Amino acid sequence: MNDWLLALVEMVLFVALAPLFSAWVKRVKCWLQNRRAPALLQPYRDLRRLFAKQVVLAHTASPVFRATPYIIAGATLLAAAVVPFISVNLPTAAIADVIVLAGFFALARFFLALAGMDVGTAFGGMGSSREMTISALAEPAMLMAVFTLAMVASSTNLSTVIDQLLAQGFVLRPSLLFALLSLLLVGIAETGRIPVDNPATHLELTMIHEAMILEYSGRHLALIEWAAQLKLLIYGVLIVNIFFPWGIATHNSVSALAVAAGVVFFKLLVLGSLLAVGESVLAKMRLFRVPAFLVLALTLALIGLLSHIILEVG
Amino acid sequence: MLEQLPLYQQAILTLAAMVMFTSFALLAQSRVVPMIHIFAWQGLLVAVTTGLVAFDSGKHDLYLSAAMTVALKALFIPWLLHRLVKRLGIDREEHGAEHPATVLMIGAGLVIFCYYVAQPIEQLSASVTRNTIAISMAVVLLGMLMLVSRSKAVAQVVGFMSLENGLFFAAVAATHGMPMAVELGVAFDVLVAAVIFGVFFFHIRDSIESLDVDQLNRLSEQDE
Amino acid sequence: MLTAVLLLPLLSGVAALVTDRWPVLMRRLVFPLLGLAGLTAVGLGGYVLLQGTPETLVYSPGLPWLHWHFRLDPLAGFFLALIGIVTLAVSLFGPGYVREFEHGKQPLSVLGFFTGLFVTGMLMVVVAADAFSFMVAWELMSLSSYFLVVYQHQNPANRRAGFLYLLMAEVGALSILLSFGVLAGFGDGFSFEAMRAAPLTLTWASIAFALGVLGFGMKAGLVPLHVWLPEAHPVEPSHISALMSGVMLKVAVYGFIRLSFDLIGDVHWAWGVALLIIASITALFGVLYALMQHDLKRLLAYHSVENIGIIFIGLGLSMIFYGSGYPLLGMLGLVAALYHTLNHALFKSLLFLGAGAVLQRSHERDLERMGGLLTRMPWTGLFFLVGCISISALPPFNGFVSEWLTFQTALQVPNLESGVLRAVIPIAAATLALTGALAAACFVKVYGIAFLGQARTRRVRRSSEASRGMVLAQALLALLCLLFGIFPTAAVNAMNHVTQSLTGQALSAATAGGWLWLTPVSPDTASYSAPLVFVGMVLALLAWAVVYYILRPAGRVQTERRDAWDCGFGPLNARMQYTATAFTMPIRRIFTPVWRIHEEQEREKHPGLPLEPAQIRYQVHAEDVTWKWFYTPIMHLLHATTRRVSRIQTGNLRHYLAYSFMTLLLLLWLIT
Repeated sequence: MNDWLLALVEMVLFVALAPLFSAWVKRVKCWLQNRRAPALLQPYRDLRRLFAKQVVLAHTASPVFRATPYIIAGATLLAAAVVPFISVNLPTAAIADVIVLAGFFALARFFLALAGMDVGTAFGGMGSSREMTISALAEPAMLMAVFTLAMVASSTNLSTVIDQLLAQGFVLRPSLLFALLSLLLVGIAETGRIPVDNPATHLELTMIHEAMILEYSGRHLALIEWAAQLKLLIYGVLIVNIFFPWGIATHNSVSALAVAAGVVFFKLLVLGSLLAVGESVLAKMRLFRVPAFLVLALTLALIGLLSHIILEVG
Repeated sequence: MLEQLPLYQQAILTLAAMVMFTSFALLAQSRVVPMIHIFAWQGLLVAVTTGLVAFDSGKHDLYLSAAMTVALKALFIPWLLHRLVKRLGIDREEHGAEHPATVLMIGAGLVIFCYYVAQPIEQLSASVTRNTIAISMAVVLLGMLMLVSRSKAVAQVVGFMSLENGLFFAAVAATHGMPMAVELGVAFDVLVAAVIFGVFFFHIRDSIESLDVDQLNRLSEQDE
Repeated sequence: MLTAVLLLPLLSGVAALVTDRWPVLMRRLVFPLLGLAGLTAVGLGGYVLLQGTPETLVYSPGLPWLHWHFRLDPLAGFFLALIGIVTLAVSLFGPGYVREFEHGKQPLSVLGFFTGLFVTGMLMVVVAADAFSFMVAWELMSLSSYFLVVYQHQNPANRRAGFLYLLMAEVGALSILLSFGVLAGFGDGFSFEAMRAAPLTLTWASIAFALGVLGFGMKAGLVPLHVWLPEAHPVEPSHISALMSGVMLKVAVYGFIRLSFDLIGDVHWAWGVALLIIASITALFGVLYALMQHDLKRLLAYHSVENIGIIFIGLGLSMIFYGSGYPLLGMLGLVAALYHTLNHALFKSLLFLGAGAVLQRSHERDLERMGGLLTRMPWTGLFFLVGCISISALPPFNGFVSEWLTFQTALQVPNLESGVLRAVIPIAAATLALTGALAAACFVKVYGIAFLGQARTRRVRRSSEASRGMVLAQALLALLCLLFGIFPTAAVNAMNHVTQSLTGQALSAATAGGWLWLTPVSPDTASYSAPLVFVGMVLALLAWAVVYYILRPAGRVQTERRDAWDCGFGPLNARMQYTATAFTMPIRRIFTPVWRIHEEQEREKHPGLPLEPAQIRYQVHAEDVTWKWFYTPIMHLLHATTRRVSRIQTGNLRHYLAYSFMTLLLLLWLIT
């Protein structure tokens, strides 16, 4: 019973910290670009403001449009429940493995794309078309990286993977190095950051994620924005906890959990800064260069897999 | 297993994988100047590997090989090619393969094939880095694939050079280096080849007004 | 009991012929009989599946020494239940749907008769226990479905499609017969018992296997033998498409499983590798071609090709593991393939029935002319959405479970010794992932263009909801999709009986954790709790409702309806929406070599303004490359060979007399 309570607390923490992570990335970006950053608590104020606002729907919006924000928020919340954040020993981690996690994100994306097509404007259709193309090309790379991980840790269950990697100590594995690089690229594509998509754009023709949510307002928009921030945090936690697992709590004592919370906070700080540096240095690619980007991710994952089979076994 | 190896041997395996990655990057790259830079990085990685193997096995003449590799493969030959490309004025052209995705897939197939071929050889060697034999064979074959799939001459030269990188890497990782005389000979051959290629490029361009080797059949004396 | 199951659909067909003059009676008699047949098939099949003990029956309706053996084992029971469920749904759908054929040019009784024969044929194939009854049932199935394909024979395109279908069905049947011939030749008789005991060398077993892949693959739709599918499915009535795509393709899968795992027995792992490669190409090819279609039923037909590819990927993996000495992992692959077979039957039938409802109400088959159907046909839209989510393999519906099981099978690859296999199988799994993601993209397109947005033509704007029976049939299939997604352990337990009877191995570890946890290999390796995921999703939705309640605005705020964002340029009309062709344009540009694309552009000029077009019409057709790369060379080869052989036809009387003379000399010499 205690473990389930801990899982609930961890999930609440996940949801509560998601806007803070986005705010930190924005702060580092602004600092690099010599701008004044908004306050770290600004996303929370934005969400509160959106929840209080009226919802304005288009005449042509159907029940799918109205149900989508809840489905997206629900699927992303469920994904947050199964990713080990502070502790490895969670009962919720056995509910779903990495492939099911990808399935949750796919469900959220499916409904978001449908919502984009729903109102019957060209912008939504454009956003949906681009989003589904990019995610289709990112899937094989993600699966290949998951395969490499599963072959190294002989499991797809996230807790087991982290346990196994912790038990092996500090090993310089080429397969995991390439899988890390591949997952970084896939994560950028899936969460819609530069160089694949600009999350801060206001030009409709350059939008992918923003184009699909163009018609949303009020609490619907708040839910979708929160879910997007949560998705970024989930990808961040996945990358830092799988590839740099030292510090995570392996038994649920208060001291271990406190230490783990501090360590993961620090790791996320570093990852957020790296993301901000990447976003400032790189420019957004035009749409038909994104396949080359994702083929690079696939090549990296493939090399990781081949290095594992050729170099690490036998 | 990998966990039981000491750290620098793990580093050698990681560097081998990175060298293979640079071969793939060369296959995918279609602009000339980044191609030369990737080739320079490949040379540097091979040199670092040589240094680590020298540290691991205690053969100190390998440090000399590493230094020579850095000087030649990572610095001098890229500088030579860069200067050549600037003088020919082709540094902004696209020299890519016809179907890059297909070439990458064939490359992946070649790596798997090399692994299959190298398995009985790997069982003969007692060194812990014997797994890299397959990787170095793959780098050689990927260099050859680059020679076959590109039609512009500069890309072919880079492919030829990376092929030689793969051979050198094989020698270093599997057998801890070749006899010094052989190494010096090969190194100077490669240097001379680079210089001669430079001279040839100008002649080819004067004869057929392009650096596309598919156009070399214009030099034959058949009736048009 | 089995006799009743086989006779009921036959009775339904005969009733259709008899009640030709009284259409009301026909509707009241034919479809309920068909539904009863389906129900009894489900009952019998489920009973045999769960009981696990095979029964045998022998009939001699024809020649006295030529017996017809029938055997009900768990594999047959599984497929009986599958056929039964879809038949039941089709029989609920039928009365409302065939109303539009009542005043058509061809008699309705023909449709009912051949439907009954078709279902009888399929049920018989599944329970046949010797080569003779199997082939008779197979031919019955093929021929009756031919007549169903050309039911609307006034259109020459339909006749051509029917002819192609018949041709490929017969070539496939010949190949299957030859395969049985090899097995029967080495065994002592053509009953399945004798074939099982036949001692085969590896060469002959491989020949029998290859012939089986050719024959069953042609019926199932493996690339490049799939070309009849996208031609035949659009032209036949929609409930028949559901039967053919949902069930007949599965009967081919049944035949394949029966041949390789049961009759041939010891499977060689190299066969699995070949099958895996063919299946991966099939899956990717199918989904890429489906993306380029804008005819709804042709698109669904190409998706059937893709899903057959996924089923055969599972079967190929199963063979690789089974042939390499890992029978448990082999059975995991078989369970994954069987689960996907069941799932595909359910959601593909659901999608075809939905397409049929849309076709009947709006008389449009082209996606580019639909739109906004969700507001006009809410129930059909809801259940079609369930079908789209299931086929895109998204949790918590059933398509996801079978794809997850297939991935888990592929992930067991480190157990194999061969490093080359350990590299090739993940590449096949990555292809499967790409296929799944492209299928999701395609169904976003289908649902978004057809059901969401604004209506693009007047006929679609005026359509209304389908009749109660049609909606009920779709509801039944949608509910089953959800149930098989939430309770996978029950289904896996049932399928364990099949694997137990085929090879003696059962996946006890898969459901060892209780009904909540699906753990294919062990709880540490991978676990998925579908019921908890479903409950979790409901709870997550409630959690957000609580958050909104906490953060809600102070006063009462109404939801307003306004116009959509139009950049200030004025009102948007339905023509300004994205079209299906536009949606898939990025994918078309990325994967260009896969299709042969024909683009047509027509420009109508303004009178008096030579440079400004009044209307531009743009159309894209994707032609299947297998015609150019596979069938045309075969045709040329055939032509060249026959031209050379026809030289013996000289027309000269003395040459023909010489032929007879030389044959006589040869026979005389042989006798001595």
